[in-house]
Amino acid sequence: MTDIQLTVNGADRVVDTDPNTPLLYVLRNDLALVGSRFGCGMGLCGACFVHVDGAVVASCDTPMWSVEGKSVVTVEGLADGENLHRVQQEVLAEQAAQCGYCVSGILISAAALLERDPHPDEPAVIAALERNLCRCGVQRRMVRAVVRAGQPMQARRSVPAEQGNAVAP
Amino acid sequence: MTAAQIEAQPLPKDLVANPVLSRWINVLPDGRIGLRVGKVELGQGILTALAQLAADELDVDLEQVSMLAANTATGPDEGLTSGSLSISDSGPAVRLVAANVRALFRLAAAHRWNVDVSQISISRGRINGPAASATTSYAELAEAVDLDVRVDPRVQVKALDQAQLTGTSTARLDLPDKVAGRPRFIHDLRLPGQLFGRVIRPPSPGAQLIDVAETSLPGIRVVRDGSFLAVAGPDEAAVTRAVETVRAASSWDAQDTLPDEDDLDGYLRTGPHETITVIEDLDEVDAHPGDPATPATPGIPGGRTLRATYSRPFIAHASMAPSCAVAWWHGDGRLQVWSHSQGIHNLGRAIAGALQLDPASVTVEHAEGAGCYGHNAADDAAFDAVLIARAVPGHPVQVLWSRQDELSWAPFGSAMTADLEATLDDAGRLTSWSYDVFSQGHTARPGYAGVPGLLAATTLARPAVYPAPADPPATAGAGTTRNALPGYDLPHLRVVGHRKLTAAIRSSAIRALGAYLNVFAIESFMDEAALLAGQDPLDFRLAHLSDERGRQVMKAAASGADWGSPLPDGRGRGLGYARYKGRGAYCAVVAEVEAEHDVRVRRLTIAVDVGRVVNPDGVRNQIEGGATQATSWTVKERVRFDRRRVTSTDWESYPILRFSEAPELEVVLVETPGQPSVGAGEAAQGPTAAAIANAVAAALGVRVRNLPLTTEAVIAAIEAE
Repeated sequence: MTDIQLTVNGADRVVDTDPNTPLLYVLRNDLALVGSRFGCGMGLCGACFVHVDGAVVASCDTPMWSVEGKSVVTVEGLADGENLHRVQQEVLAEQAAQCGYCVSGILISAAALLERDPHPDEPAVIAALERNLCRCGVQRRMVRAVVRAGQPMQARRSVPAEQGNAVAP
Repeated sequence: MTAAQIEAQPLPKDLVANPVLSRWINVLPDGRIGLRVGKVELGQGILTALAQLAADELDVDLEQVSMLAANTATGPDEGLTSGSLSISDSGPAVRLVAANVRALFRLAAAHRWNVDVSQISISRGRINGPAASATTSYAELAEAVDLDVRVDPRVQVKALDQAQLTGTSTARLDLPDKVAGRPRFIHDLRLPGQLFGRVIRPPSPGAQLIDVAETSLPGIRVVRDGSFLAVAGPDEAAVTRAVETVRAASSWDAQDTLPDEDDLDGYLRTGPHETITVIEDLDEVDAHPGDPATPATPGIPGGRTLRATYSRPFIAHASMAPSCAVAWWHGDGRLQVWSHSQGIHNLGRAIAGALQLDPASVTVEHAEGAGCYGHNAADDAAFDAVLIARAVPGHPVQVLWSRQDELSWAPFGSAMTADLEATLDDAGRLTSWSYDVFSQGHTARPGYAGVPGLLAATTLARPAVYPAPADPPATAGAGTTRNALPGYDLPHLRVVGHRKLTAAIRSSAIRALGAYLNVFAIESFMDEAALLAGQDPLDFRLAHLSDERGRQVMKAAASGADWGSPLPDGRGRGLGYARYKGRGAYCAVVAEVEAEHDVRVRRLTIAVDVGRVVNPDGVRNQIEGGATQATSWTVKERVRFDRRRVTSTDWESYPILRFSEAPELEVVLVETPGQPSVGAGEAAQGPTAAAIANAVAAALGVRVRNLPLTTEAVIAAIEAE
């Protein structure tokens, strides 16, 4: 066991752990950040994606020693306080989810894309989400949501088009 | 009306077994209305739809309804959440219960103010009397109303046009948590003293554990019962490392038990089988007028005969989350289980049965998992957790399956093969139709046919022996023969299923059961027959379809897809249609594919009629998701195995659809408000497969009859022609 220092969602953290422990387990079990999901343990599905110094990384096969001193952002860190990230808002507006298990990782991929390309077109969004799997089949809704998140405010929606009774996010 | 007459009033099916109001609805301490149903959220949005129905009947805002987790001790038993039946089963029950509760609160308010009940109105949760000052709420009146009473079937539910929420695209209640990354899934449960558990599955089906060498694993508990081998401990990373250590220390006696992957057709046709005759009216055949009958099969009238065989391989549920469960044995003998099972009541009884426990001592509560699309390993994981937790009483144990185990040990959807033969007269009408479909059974759920249906139970020191998977009865929509009966007007119709009575590969329910292959076969064959008749596939179908709702969805899909307009070379358009189970949702799909080096599904235009729509966006989302998943099955998916074990154990060896491969989607809702609501979850599976295959045939002039429609399958079909 070793003390490993890192920044998680802007806060300095010190975790006493085996250096080979995957980052995902530390996030979920030691830091109570369960938004990053275990999907495959092999970095092949994207459910556990987080940002490490801004890069999209599979936390399930990222050992703790490799994130020493680095900055990790999880899905919980995308929001600014009570205000959801614009891509989270658009995913709710599009109802771009079914079971929602893959959504955290997709949001991480999308937020990284919007950081480097604030107004991505559809092919750019599809390329950015290509490493994320979704089994329920909401890919097209998700692409719409991410494209919309890159558009000016007036083009965006805060509630679904047909929605008569929104549930405030 | 006498008590006996009240009893005789027909109750919605799910109220017969659960007639007491408090089983469903209670006023919570925070003043909201708690609704606890027996159906569970699988990502399909059912809790939102049922909350809409309840809120309308109670005259409250949606936010005032709190959907509580299904629980075997406190909630109604509504059987399984499966078969696209939740809206049609639970919807009427929830409406009547809520209407009863509303009526009792109106009565209580009338008593309080000493006025006639007709003077009490309810609006947005406020209960109002005739005087301006007379206003109260469900919360304030809760003490005065006894909900431990039986539902009165005479209470009127609201008319369609009085609904405020029903029929609107209300946003899903569960999504804000999931989008923000808040704890919501069973995987996120963290109970005091909880341990992490992992099972070391045998190296292959049927393998017996010979020995486990001693290992030094501080903080790890090794649990063994027969060939059931597991580890548990407080540190998840250490537990996963211990799995590998214990696996390396274990020795097994393993045998080849699996069939030849390249001859599933021969495997499925090898009996014994159960013969399931859906219809057989060949004996009534008259000779075809003006054409001397030279029947290919006794009883089939003359004309041109067409024959073809279609197949699908085994396919996996391939949920994004590996199955998970939590179990907790308490000192007093009570067993608490959390599971994402589709049937928590059956699961609780199966656990009790497998371990000879008093069923009353076992409580199962539902906790959300990822989408399961049928009977995956949810129930198995629950039993794993129970077995491990038994060794560490007082500690809750959370079991999580590995991705590899999920893709190789969870039940699969059975491989199927189907033979079709039909005759066509000179006018291009089908004059006979004969269909034989071969399959393993489509359900091995816990409790089905009386067996526990729990994977680990077969590996214990005193193992349970399971019969092969069965099929649901015809009244429940059948399995092998689900949708085997075409919806067309066909004379001299013969439809027979052949369920294999042994199962070398574990199979159970996957979305749409046999309907996926059956509709793929029927609708591919309709195109082949249309080609032989020299007719347009849409016209040919319409000429054989008198069901007006079916005609409407078919025309709506064709119109939305600009059917008949020219396409560039290498592209093709195809149609698929079915009414799910012959009595559920009508669905027609037009696929547009690009088929050159491989099959790329560019666009799906889907028309659907689900009767009265409770939540339009919910229906669209289910249809879109079903069609997208069916695209994945149809162009990519096949469980791979050798004679010893499943070899497609990760996302590289069992690839599913990626973002770049997901087709554009257009869903047309054909509204028929006066018709009862039926489910949407499985309606698109078969029509999508057929539409894609027909589009491939239109693009390439080659008929591919064996799924999936990979490059290899297309090449094989070209070579066969």
